Amino acid sequence: MRLVLIGLVAGIFSSLFGVGGGIVIVPLLIVGAAFGTKEATATSLGAIVITALAGVTLYAVRGKVDVGYAALVGIPAMGGAILGTAAQQRLSSRNLAVAFAVLLAALGVWLIAG
Amino acid sequence: MSTTTIVLAMGLGVIAGVMSGLFGVGGGILFVPMLVALGLGQVEAAATSLLAVVPTAAVGTWRQARYGNLRLRPALMIGVASIVGVEIGVQIATSLPEHVLRRLFGVLLIAVAVQLAWRAVGSRASYPESR
Repeated sequence: MRLVLIGLVAGIFSSLFGVGGGIVIVPLLIVGAAFGTKEATATSLGAIVITALAGVTLYAVRGKVDVGYAALVGIPAMGGAILGTAAQQRLSSRNLAVAFAVLLAALGVWLIAG
Repeated sequence: MSTTTIVLAMGLGVIAGVMSGLFGVGGGILFVPMLVALGLGQVEAAATSLLAVVPTAAVGTWRQARYGNLRLRPALMIGVASIVGVEIGVQIATSLPEHVLRRLFGVLLIAVAVQLAWRAVGSRASYPESR
């Protein structure tokens, strides 16, 4: 039941903002379902495949998807995802997480102001 | 599109993928501002980002499964349940004015930034120390 609720909330976030939904799934799995961080991120990625596919389908029907741009960022990102998951098994990601947080906050300010 | 723009977009794509693999977030959350910067509207950016998320998450899932971290049944349950939410989200996104959606996304980015920083600084247990 908890998993169904997590999925529902993640689905709304995902299609509303064009993100995978990991933002909601990862913390909810850790706090709400006692998952470890690696298990939560891994399981979240699995769920996101389905969530994003559903979102793409519904947006494509409405003519909102730009396949060329998606390939431009998505194909390099596949390589990046292999590096990132490998790095997660070995590295301390704390400092990186803080750096990433600063980047996201700056982008957020840009979108709100711009 | 200039060569510089293409190279920059591809480089940022790699970074987005790395963040996705590391934190389980970061694919879409970087794709959307990138696509907005490339000139797409907020809804088109969200829709296009989701298409880029599919292969990124699929590769991440495949690698994580090999590392033994994936729990398949919960992943399937969350994924299937999310489809209902996805429809609701699409309805909201296509009915909101662009500038409202863009500012909401900005707020989301800051919220995610705070959460990531809090997880990293606040709970050492969440992040394995380097050897």
